[in-house]
Order: sequence, then C-alpha cells, then structure tokens
Amino acid sequence: MSTALLEIGGLHVSYGRVEAVHGVSVALLPRQIVSVIGPNGAGKTTLLAAAMGLLPSLGTLRFEGEDLHGLDVEARVERGLCLVPERRELFGELSVQDNLQLGAYAGRLRRDALRRRLDSVYQRFPRLAERRAQRASTLSGGERQMLTLGRALMSAPRLLMLDEPSLGLAPLIVSEILAIVRGLRDDGVAILLVEQNARIALESSDYGYVLETGEIALAGESAALAGDPRVRATYLGGGTDDE
Amino acid sequence: MTWEVALILSADGLANGAVYLLAGLGLVLVFSVTRVVFVPFGDVIAFSALTLAAFEAGRTPPTIGLVLTLALLALAAELWRLARRREFARMPRALLLWGLLPALPCVFAWAVAGRTLPAVVTIVASIALVVPIAPLIARVALQPIADASVLVLLIASLALHFLLSGLGLLFFGPEGFRTEPLVGGALTLPGGFPVSAQTLLMIAAAIVLSGLFYLLFERTLHGKALRATAINRVGARLVGIRPARTAALAYGGASLLAGLIGVLVAPVTTMYYDSGFIIGLKAFVAAIIGGLSSYPLTAAGALAVGLVESFASFWSGALKDVIVFGMLIPVLLLRSLLVARVEDEEEEIDG
Ligand SMILES: Nc1ncnc2c1ncn2[C@@H]1O[C@H](COP(=O)(O)OP(=O)(O)OP(=O)(O)O)[C@@H](O)[C@H]1O
Ligand SMILES: [Mg+2]
Repeated sequence: MSTALLEIGGLHVSYGRVEAVHGVSVALLPRQIVSVIGPNGAGKTTLLAAAMGLLPSLGTLRFEGEDLHGLDVEARVERGLCLVPERRELFGELSVQDNLQLGAYAGRLRRDALRRRLDSVYQRFPRLAERRAQRASTLSGGERQMLTLGRALMSAPRLLMLDEPSLGLAPLIVSEILAIVRGLRDDGVAILLVEQNARIALESSDYGYVLETGEIALAGESAALAGDPRVRATYLGGGTDDE
Repeated sequence: MTWEVALILSADGLANGAVYLLAGLGLVLVFSVTRVVFVPFGDVIAFSALTLAAFEAGRTPPTIGLVLTLALLALAAELWRLARRREFARMPRALLLWGLLPALPCVFAWAVAGRTLPAVVTIVASIALVVPIAPLIARVALQPIADASVLVLLIASLALHFLLSGLGLLFFGPEGFRTEPLVGGALTLPGGFPVSAQTLLMIAAAIVLSGLFYLLFERTLHGKALRATAINRVGARLVGIRPARTAALAYGGASLLAGLIGVLVAPVTTMYYDSGFIIGLKAFVAAIIGGLSSYPLTAAGALAVGLVESFASFWSGALKDVIVFGMLIPVLLLRSLLVARVEDEEEEIDG
C-alpha cells in the first residue's frame, strides 16, 4: 500500500529484554479511522508509543513515505503526528488555556493564528472555554479528556493517535467524543484509535485490527470485523444479536 | 538594640536577601526544569566577580580560556552524539550553537580587555562571558544523565562544583579581589537615616529581575514551555517541546543571574575563587523554603535568610551561619508535613 499515510510493518518493540510487540503491521490511509482493539496487556499502548517515538522500535515505520526512525518525538510532532496518551500527560499546574496554547508549541504560530485555533477548540468544547483559567489538575475526568483532545487539536495534526479515549468516561461523553473524532476525519485528519471498548471502536472506524499478546490476530473492515464470530464472542460480549 | 541599629541591620539584611533572592530564582529555575540541584551556581558567581576584577586591573580575564575549553568539550560531546545517531545534517547547527555562540562573548571580552572603557562595558562583558558556563558544563556532564535520579544528579552536580572550583583556583589564583563600587554615595531616608546607594541598587535589581522573571513565566509561551517541562516531561515532548533545549535555556538563565549577582556583590565583598559557594548555599536554604519549585516562596525565603543572617551577625558573628542553616530544620519539618498532604491529594487526581 504505497499511498498509506502511516505504514507500520513488522514492528518489534521491547522493554529492555522483554519484547511486547512482535512484528505488527498496521496501515492507515489518509482520512481513515483505523481502530486497534485487544485485551489488557496486548501491546496497544506500546504500539502507539513506538509510533510516536517514545519507545525505540525495529521494523518499518513510515509517515507519508518518510522513515520515522531517524526522527525524535518532537520532530514527529512537527511532521503532524500527535498522540493522546493513555495517561493524558496534561500540565496539571497550568491553566486550561495555557495547556491549550502549549498544544500549538511546535507550530510556532503567530499571535492571531494561535488565537484563531484557540477559538475553534473552544467552539468544539464550550466546557473548556468556561474553565479557561482553571488549573488542569482540578478538572473532572471528562473535562480532562476534552482538554487532552483539545490540546492535541491545537497542533492541527495530520494523524491523531488516541489511546483509550473512552477510559473512565460516562457513555454520553464517550459518544460525544467519538462524534468529534468522526468530525475530525471529515476535516481531513486520519485517526488511529486504540480502544478496550471494541463495540464503540468498531462502530466509529473504517478498518480494524485485533491485537493479542503483541501480534495481530485479526484484521478487516470494521463492519466485517464486528460480524466475525470470534470478535463477537471475545470482544462484543457473547453472541447476543443486539445490533 | 536601638531603632537605629535595627534599621541598619534591616537594610543590610535586605541587600543580602536580594542577592539570595536572585540566586534562589536561579536554583529553582534549574531544579524545576531539570531536577538538578545546581551546586556550581556559586562558582559562576565567583567567576563573574573575578572576571570584572581582572578587567579593572587591565588584564585579560582568564575566564576566556575556561569558557573556550568548556565549549570545546561540549562541542565534542554534541558532535559525537550526532555522529552516533548519523544525523550529519544537524552538525552545522551544533557547530554554531555549541562552538560559535559561546565564543562570541570571549571575542567581546578579549576586545574589551586592557582598554579604558566605561564601567558599563566591562560589566556587560563580564556577565556575558560567564553566561555560557552553566549551559556548557551541563551539556558536557549533566545532559547525558538527564534521566537519572535526583540523587545521582546531585552527586554529579557536586562533583562539577569541585571541578569548577579547582579550575577557578587554577585560572584565577588564590588572591581575593574587590571591584570598584558600581554606584557611590548614600540616600537619606526620612528621619535622617542613611542607606548606601549600593544597598538600594541590590534591592532594586532584585525587584526588577523578579518582575521580569514573573513576566517571562506567566506571559510568554517559552516561559510556559519551561514550566511545562518541569511539570510533565512526557507531556512536554508530546507537544514538541525539547527538554534538552529548555534545559539549556534554564541553565543559560541561571548563568545570567549568577553573572549579575557576581558584579553586584563584588564591590561590597572580597571575592575569592570559592566565595560563591556559601552564597549559593544560603540561596539553597531559600530555595528549600520554596520547595525548590515556588518562586514567590523562594523570594520570601531569601529575604528571611538575609534578615536572619544580618540580625544574627549582630548578636554573634561566629554563629550567624549556624543560625541561618539552622533555619533549615524547622522549614524541612514543616515542608515534609505539607508535602505528605499534597502527594495524597495528587494521587487521587492522577489518571
Ligand atoms: N515500562 C514497561 N516495562 C516493562 N514492561 C512493560 C512496560 N510497559 C508495558 N509493559 C508490558 O508490555 C505489555 C504491553 O503493554 P501495553 O501497555 O502496551 O498494553 P495495552 O494493550 O495498552 O493494555 P491496556 O489495554 O491495559 O492499556 C504488557 O505485558 C506490559 O506488562
Ligand atoms: Mg494501554
């Protein structure tokens, strides 16, 4: 697939001597939402961390045809990659607005461009606008998730990697956030979505991978994957025919 | 003690406190961004004072040799790192940043030395000459172990202090120097009480610089980037802030503060190659009061240290240092109580 935006091929990632991801291949086209589902400890977070450059890896790793191995995290951010990590990694002692502004740090924007981007994020998340002066550490879980997503959007990413955006959130906020994610795709952003919650991940994505103990067990169109008996049995809560 | 004496002691204490305040800001700046307790800070103070003394004596300051040596080491370290990672394209930039940039103040100092020029020029030259010192030694010795524990970093930092102090003896010799007063005369406060202009200058410098500090950190994106690195390194990297670069900025800022302190204290204190250490140590007490993270608390702590020191020296010159460092015990006790509570809170909101 030569037109791939992100191409991960035969990727191996290790923590010291222990290998956590064993030769995983994932491809992402422009304007595509691709989900990676799998049980705890499968290596989903590890895969994203390696794609972002937080962990060293072996194998093919290309963004728009450019080899990513030579680029550090910051250079990948400058290329348009953006990771919303599982641990959120907000700047707790800074205000909501400062967190958002720093999201655009790599863009080296002029004051008015920064202003515009900030306004568009506030438009998407009015809750953040109300709390712009509040310290990030005092936000509720859902608000923090909005702030992490808002901070990511401030960098105007070309590829957004989301690590469990539904974690610890009420169903209503989860569907709100996924609606935003789908809206981003329509704006031309590609999304790599890692989720425990297979149902919502497959509902929102175009293509899906099932990662088990560091290897791809299944892959396919999300709709097809959602109908796969193995996926239904393991990840969609038995064979109930509720969809 | 009469009011008169108390006023004199207070003015003295505030002047000393102003110095500790500036030094404390430098220490907190470096620690919050890099987790390094920057012991060599005091050495940079001494080098700045001795550089100015050398200019005044019409000699070429030996600091030039020191800075160039450090720049060569840092450049070698940087080129080696790039070569190992095969990033040859970034070498010219490294050459510029670690080779040429530190050489600029050396050239300036060399041109200034031995001429009769206004005092401002030699003062600027002295400060500019010591600014590269902290970033350079940090690049050589601290950046390669940036992810080590605070204790390891502290040990490395202590070792650097001894190394620098040895280099100081080698380059500057064992004699003490005092420089020309920056400003002369005195001001008479209402009530007929005189305050020396030097004292006022030190206090004014502290006020202006801490104001600038505040503006930098609260109002500019780069200041916020420094704070962000201090708060969350991974988060900072994920938005494209390079910790190595922010660290270099923090060290540069600290070096600049140390340079200013050096020229401020040199007219009122005889400075030896190792005189900076004790200033740094007392500023450290202030920084501890600020928990090595809060600038306002550090500033308050610095003034307290200055005042306590001044009054203590009135009662017992021999015991003044004991009393100042003795302040650490109640402060640490109080801090450990407070910190335990804060950490409990943070555990809940983490996630
Ligand atoms: N820092 C680390 N050091 C050593 N092993 C690690 C480290 N981080 C993760 N692992 C191991 O790597 C494997 C994959 O972990 P990873 O966090 O990628 O899983 P995950 O699929 O994201 O799981 P979850 O759904 O629970 O988030 C696990 O076995 C885990 O124990
Ligand atoms: Mg995970």
